[in-house]
Order: sequence, then structure tokens, then C-alpha cells
Amino acid sequence: MAELLQFVFSGLTVGAIYALVALGFTLIYNASDIINFAQGEFVMLGGMTTVFVALAGVPLPLAALIAVIVTTAVGFALHRFAIDPARGASPVAGIMITIGASVFLRGLAQIVFDKRFHSLPPLFGSDPIQIGGAAILPQSFVVLGGAAIIVVLLRLLVDRTMLGKAVIATAANRLAARLIGVNTRHIVDFSFAVSAAIGAIAGILVTPITLTSYDVGTLLALKGFAAAMLGGIGSAPGAVIGGLLIGMTEALSAGYLSSNYKDAVAFLIILVVLVAMPHGLLGRVKVERV
Amino acid sequence: MRAWQSITASAVFALCALLSTSPVSAQIKIGAVLSVTGPASFLGDPEKKTLEIYVDEINAKGGVNGQKLQLIVYDDAANADTARTFATRLVEEDKVVAVVGGSTTGATLAMIPVFEEAQIPFISLAGAVQIIEPVRKWVFKTPHTDRMACEKIFADLKSRNLTTIALISGTDAFGKSMRDQCVAVASKAGITIATEETYGPRDSDMTPQLTNIKNKAGVQAVVNPGFGQGPAIVTRNYKQLAITLPLYQSHGVASKQFIELAGPAAEGVRLPAAAILIADKLPANDPQKPVVVNYTKTYQDRTKQAVSTFGGHAYDGLMILVQAMERAKSTDAAKVRDEIEKTKGFVGTGGIVNMSPTDHMGLDLSAFHMLEITNGDWTLIPGT
Amino acid sequence: MSVRALLQSRWLPALAVTAIVVLLPLLFPSMYYYRVAALVFIFALAVVGLNLLMGFAGQVSLGHAGFLGIGAYAVAIGPVHFGLPSWLCLLAGAAISGAVAFMVGRPILRLKGHYLAVATLGFGLLVAIVLTNEAGWTGGPDGMNVPTLALFGWRARGSSTWYWIAGLTFVVGFLLARNLMESPTGRALQAIHDSEIAACVLGINVASKKLTIFIISAVYASVAGSYLALFNGLVTPDVAGFLRSIELVAMVVLGGMGSIFGSLVGAVVLVVLPQGLTIFHEYEQALLGLIVMVFMIFLRRGIVPSLAASFAGWRK
Repeated sequence: MAELLQFVFSGLTVGAIYALVALGFTLIYNASDIINFAQGEFVMLGGMTTVFVALAGVPLPLAALIAVIVTTAVGFALHRFAIDPARGASPVAGIMITIGASVFLRGLAQIVFDKRFHSLPPLFGSDPIQIGGAAILPQSFVVLGGAAIIVVLLRLLVDRTMLGKAVIATAANRLAARLIGVNTRHIVDFSFAVSAAIGAIAGILVTPITLTSYDVGTLLALKGFAAAMLGGIGSAPGAVIGGLLIGMTEALSAGYLSSNYKDAVAFLIILVVLVAMPHGLLGRVKVERV
Repeated sequence: MRAWQSITASAVFALCALLSTSPVSAQIKIGAVLSVTGPASFLGDPEKKTLEIYVDEINAKGGVNGQKLQLIVYDDAANADTARTFATRLVEEDKVVAVVGGSTTGATLAMIPVFEEAQIPFISLAGAVQIIEPVRKWVFKTPHTDRMACEKIFADLKSRNLTTIALISGTDAFGKSMRDQCVAVASKAGITIATEETYGPRDSDMTPQLTNIKNKAGVQAVVNPGFGQGPAIVTRNYKQLAITLPLYQSHGVASKQFIELAGPAAEGVRLPAAAILIADKLPANDPQKPVVVNYTKTYQDRTKQAVSTFGGHAYDGLMILVQAMERAKSTDAAKVRDEIEKTKGFVGTGGIVNMSPTDHMGLDLSAFHMLEITNGDWTLIPGT
Repeated sequence: MSVRALLQSRWLPALAVTAIVVLLPLLFPSMYYYRVAALVFIFALAVVGLNLLMGFAGQVSLGHAGFLGIGAYAVAIGPVHFGLPSWLCLLAGAAISGAVAFMVGRPILRLKGHYLAVATLGFGLLVAIVLTNEAGWTGGPDGMNVPTLALFGWRARGSSTWYWIAGLTFVVGFLLARNLMESPTGRALQAIHDSEIAACVLGINVASKKLTIFIISAVYASVAGSYLALFNGLVTPDVAGFLRSIELVAMVVLGGMGSIFGSLVGAVVLVVLPQGLTIFHEYEQALLGLIVMVFMIFLRRGIVPSLAASFAGWRK
């Protein structure tokens, strides 16, 4: 029993990380139909910038704030200077630009930062909490909490603010949104900036568990993307559920089946779910009208 | 439309086909294909920096046999394909006389046929024992083999009367190769492997695997073949699960950074490492002391980063090559190769090297010291 | 035939490609160039297949390197573990890839857009994981040696030999692809790309056509993978990895989706450019990313279609 609980805790820890990364894909997709492959690099920038600014002597909370601001600026710049100029192109061109951006940011990070691994101190200490014979780190709860708060904030944004309504309008029909006076370019700028901020916060919260380095973004983006799709792209709660599901599958497979194939089992489950539910778990079913 | 497509495509193609080549000069060209970026940049970056620093130093002192050295470095990003292409480039385009490189075993194995066919000496910086076993005429290596690391760890286990162990290894090439070697030498060393687990090199949580190990009866110690950040996370998870069995890490994490990353969980962890890690703690009469102290100081002054064992391997490789060239009084490939093979008593950062026609690495188990982490620093276990 | 007629004939692309393959070696000062060019043609072959899937049929595949891997390991495992001749294993690899494409494609081609992308991503990763873990068969993460291709005593070794093999296979693949695109199947695929529902209404069996093109693109990739393994003499699980899949997609998009010629250009850019960028050392990766972004911003339909459109406009 304690064993199962330990596996569940591991699944929650890893799943929360994926969930937090997956949330970053949601907003950009909602506003512009683009899958941002540079999202992993936003996570990396959050963690690495904090580490390096702190190494320069700045107190940690301020370093974290600076990191979020810097990453937000990068996200904004990515849209304004790279994606917006290619506005009329097919979505695939947009995705390719984000892939180019991810390579660019990774290459830049190697020069500006370094190629080693770094860590950040956990928020509430590193002593594990004992529950039912299994041990979980406090930071895991921090990550879960962070994901939950972001989901709530995104919901509030969409439901309660004009800005959020404008995002939904832009996503539904860009031309129509422009016709009613929404500055769609600013809206998509905004969504990139916010997604970058979410990525940076994710990076800062997960680094105490995952450690960070200039290429931590690649694998996280992959799993985060898969989680977002599993949950139904565009749905924030879906992203969280997708992330937790993948994390749990990995942990339980590692524990009970074979640690070699835990990733394979997770992806097999994703394939099975998608074949059965082609719009993901909570995705909006798009009705194609002719 | 179709015609223009064809014409523009041909034009672009022709344009791209015109590559620049490196300029011809009267210097001694040494090639290096290293994993400066990518998953093995942990290895390749210090190696590149070391080679650059010491080529400068040698040139400042007048070069080799009166000629300056020219270092040509390519980055294979740990991709065996890319390494192979760069190896061909070094041989065909840059026309190097010798190569020090191959940060990873995969890249090294991919490049060996190119250098063997071109008949130029190749000193590899990768760990697996297959590189020098069977002995290949033109191929040498400086790092300790993963088999030696296993043997050293097992010897230490035996001395503490621990004979039943669990392995938890990374599924990357380094982890897998060392795990295979440990399995191969276990019975001869009197060690039984009770259970095994693996983890992906970029995983963030190994508690399921460690829980399985913790629950396996009879396990007396745990060995973790792996490198990069994985072992640090394994060590942290070890403490999180309050596992008190002795934990052994591999020489792949032999760096101060491991202690920083693993934090207080690193207390009591043991691993085999070269003298470079405990440079200042070596007894004054240790022949390696001046070499490692000097290298550490130079590297840290010039790069403002902590010294790395992998950089040390590159230093050894370069110095062995340069000394061979000096002894041969020429850069003729065959003569240099013969001299490399005759390297005796070379004091490097990895140990004292004595090569022979049947041993193209030249290190024995005394090149490894068993270290334990106490109070956040390395301590040498006496007599190892 | 007058020059104008030649330029406008349907055979121009075929002639151009054959001319490139035949005349290019005149520019090569050393074996290194043969090697790079051979790699270009090998990847271009895989890219042509992927372009059929992505550019013409409009289906995204983020796991295509999985088929590259199946082809590559077929010519490694077959000879080493079963003693079969390499050419037979190459064909077997292609057949296996086709079969796998059939089995995997049936369920997942029902998915649309990004969901299909994730499903193919999962497929590619599964192949890579199996190749890495089944060390007994595949040699694990360090890979395994691939015996040289031998046919009736002649051994295919060396960069120049493989240049010709890859180049000529590419010409054949190129012609077949163009032929396919101008056939009724090709027209059906373009109809599907434009609007699946309209195509359905016209009586096109959408699912079957999509599956057909998926299988064809898998076979192209498998042959390319086998060539890569035979050429290098060594194969590692990276050949089926995620980064490799992204590279293939990038080649398709950069060269021009829907342009078979663009496949070649895309392969040239992503194989040759890193070689040229080595002079920038530390900045190589950042520059590569920057160049990809710039290409996509200014030549957003891909290099060949965008340049061709601007030339054609210029002429007027």
C-alpha cells in the first residue's frame, strides 16, 4: 500500500510539472491556432535566468521576478518580430517559425548562460512529508498549487475580463474580431506574453525538482505538448488533467511494469485515448459546416 | 511556373554547393570532433576549452618541433552521423595529422573507420572499453574505461563485506555501457546483482524505481551508473525515501557540481575518481600532484568555471600526442603513432600512462581513487 | 526542340534533377563533398515521401523518423542476426515499414491537425524507445554495426559510390512522386487537402487515399533510412529520434510544401548549412535557428514556391 502511494506521489510530482508546461500551450493556441514549440524554452529561460541573476548577487525573489519579466518580453518579441510578420502564411509556417525560435533560444542560452546543470532552492525546504508510509516533497505541492492557480486565473481572464473575451473572439474568427474593433495583433501579442510568463513561472517552480540546464526545454515541451493534446488543446483544465495522467502512467509503469518502457506505455495510452476520443479528453468538438 | 521552380531550385542548389574550406597554412593541424552542444555538452565543453587553452600555451612556448599548432574543432552534438561527417571533413578537407576527440562512445565508434582508413592517429576521449578492445592500430584513448570503474567499485564493496547489490542505471549510452560492464565483471568480483532498474537521462523523479529497490530483500548497497543530472536526482530521491544503504555513483559524475546539485543527500556517497578531483588533498609526494594542481589552476583561471575530469582527459590526450610528436621529431602519421604507443610514465590528470602494443589506454586500477563525500567535499578513502 | 519549348516541357524537372546529379561531382574537390551530397540525396528521398504526405495530402507527421529507423535497423539486424543479404533486408525493411504504416495509419489518420501530429509523434517516440531498449537485438544506445551492402561480389563502399546510388535513387523517387501527383490519386489527394468534405462528396475514398499516401511516404523514408545505415556502416537509435523527425519536417517546410523540387532544396539547406556554419563555433546553433526563422518569415511558402512566384512576377 505504501508502495502504491509512493508511485502515486511520484506520478503527481511529475504530472504536475507536465501540467504546468502544458498550460503554456493553451493560451497561444486559443488565440492563434499556433502550437508554440518554443514554449519549452520559456520554461528554461524562467529557471536559468533566475539562477544566473541570483548568482550575480540579487536576492532570489527579485531574481525570479526579473526572470519572469525577461521571459515575457521574449515571448512578446517572438510574436511581434517573428510570427506576426508571417501573418498570412499557413499554420505550418507559424509552427516552423516557433521551431526555429526554439533552436535560436537554445543556442543563445548556451552562450549567455552555460552548459551545466543548476538548481534552485525549494520554496518550503527539502524535507519530505511523510504520508501513509510514502514520502513526498513539499515542492510537489507547490507545483500542483501553481498549476491550479493558473487554471483559475485563466478561467477568470476569459470569463470576467474584456481582454479575455477579446482573446476568445480572436480565436473564433479573426476577421470578425477585427471588424468589431478588436486589435487582434495586440491580443495575440498579449497571449504570447502571458504564455511566456506562465512558462517562466513553471520553470521557476519545477527547477527545484527537475534541475535546469540550457536544453531542459526540449523534453518538457514534448511531454507538455502531448499532455495539452491529450487533455484537448485549448482547454486549461484539460491540460492539467492530461499532464497528471501522463505523469501517473509513467510512475505506475516504472513501478509495476518496466522502468525501461515507462515512456512507451505513456505514449501508447495517449494514442489509444486519441483514437477513441479524437478531440482529446476535454477538447471542444469542432463541427465542420459546409 | 514549373520551369521557374526547376530553375530556381537548381540555382539555390548550386549556390549552396559552394562551400568555403579552411585556409592552407604551414602549421601542424590537429583535429577535434567534440560534443560541445547537445546531451553530452557536459563532456565536450570542458574538452574544447582545455584543448584551446593548451594549444595556445604550447604555441606561446614556440610550438612543437618549431612549428605552431592549429586546432580545428567541430561540434557533433553527440550525434554519431554528424561526427562521421566531420571526421571525413577533417581528413579530406582540413588534412589534419592527428585527432584528439570523440566525446562519446557512439561518436568515437562512428569515426574510427574514417581515421583507420586515412591512417592517422586518433586519441579518443570516450569511456567504453570497446574502443580499445580489440586493440586497433590507430586508435588510443585517455579516459578510464567503464569496466575499470565497476572493478574499483566492486573492490570497495568487497572490502566493506557488501556482496549483494542493486543497479539503477541511466538508459543513455554511458549508463548502459557501464551497466553492461558491471554485469559482466560482477561474478568474478564476487558480487551478486539482486535487481536492476533504469531511468531516462532527462527524467525528473526516480522514486518508483528506488521504491522497488528499497523493497527488494537482501540488497546491501546500490550502484548508479549514469551521468549528467540523473545521478543527482537519484541521490536526492534516495534521501527523500530515507534509504540508508550505501550508494555508489560512477566516475561520470566526478565533479564538484554533483555535490552542489545533490545537496545534503550526497553525504556518504562514494565514487571512483581520478586524482584531479582531489588535487589539493593529494599527498605532497604524489607524482600526479603537480600536474593536476597546475591544470586545475590554469583551467579555472582561464574559464572561471570549476575544473572537470573530462577536460582533464582532453589535456592528457593533447599532451600525449604532442610529446609523441616531439619524440618522433616529425608529424609523419606512422612515426607519431609508434611514439604514442611507446608512451611510458606519462603523468596525466587521469593517472600515469604506460601504453604498449596491446594496451592503447595505459591506465590501471591505481589511476582511480575511491572518494567519499563528507561535509560537502571529497575525502580520499585511504589505501585506494 | 527550341529552348522555350524545352523550358516549358513536362520533362524539365526530371532533366534538371538528373543534370544536377550527373554534373555536380565536377564541382567536388574531395571525398568530403561526395559524402555531404550523398547525405543530401538520402535525406531528400525521405523528404520527398514526407512532402507527399504533408504538402499534398495535408497530413502532419511528427514521427516520420520512426520509418527511417525501421529501414536503418532492418539492414543492420537482418544481416547480423539472421545472416540475410543486405539488399533483401532493404526490401524487407521497406515492406515492414509499409505494413507498420498500414496498421498504425488506419486508426490514427482519422485524427485531424494537431491531434494527428501528436499521434505520429507518439509513434516515432515508441519506435525510438524500442530501438534503444532492446539492446539484445539493436545494440542499445550505442547502436550496432551495419555490414556493407554486397551484390554479386561488388561491395558498395565509399562516399562516391554512395553518391551515385543515392543520387540515382533520388531521381527515380522524384520521378515516381511527380508521376503520382499527376495521376488521379494525386488529384484526389489535392482535393482532400483542399477540403475533405468536398472530396468525400465527390466520391473519393478519403480514408483509403490518406492511408495509401501514408504507406508510400513510409516506404520512401524506410529506403532512405536503409541507405543511411549502409552508407555509415553504423546505426544508432538517434536515427529514429524526435529531433530527426523535426529535421525532416523542417526540410519539407523550408523547401516548400507541395513542391517535390523543394524537397531537394530543403534537404540541401539543412544538411549543408550546418557544415558551413561551423566557422561560427559557439554561435552555430543560434544562427541556425535565426536562419530558419528568417527563411520562414520572408519565404513563407517555402524556398522554391516563394522564389519561383517572385521570379515569375518579376518577369512580367
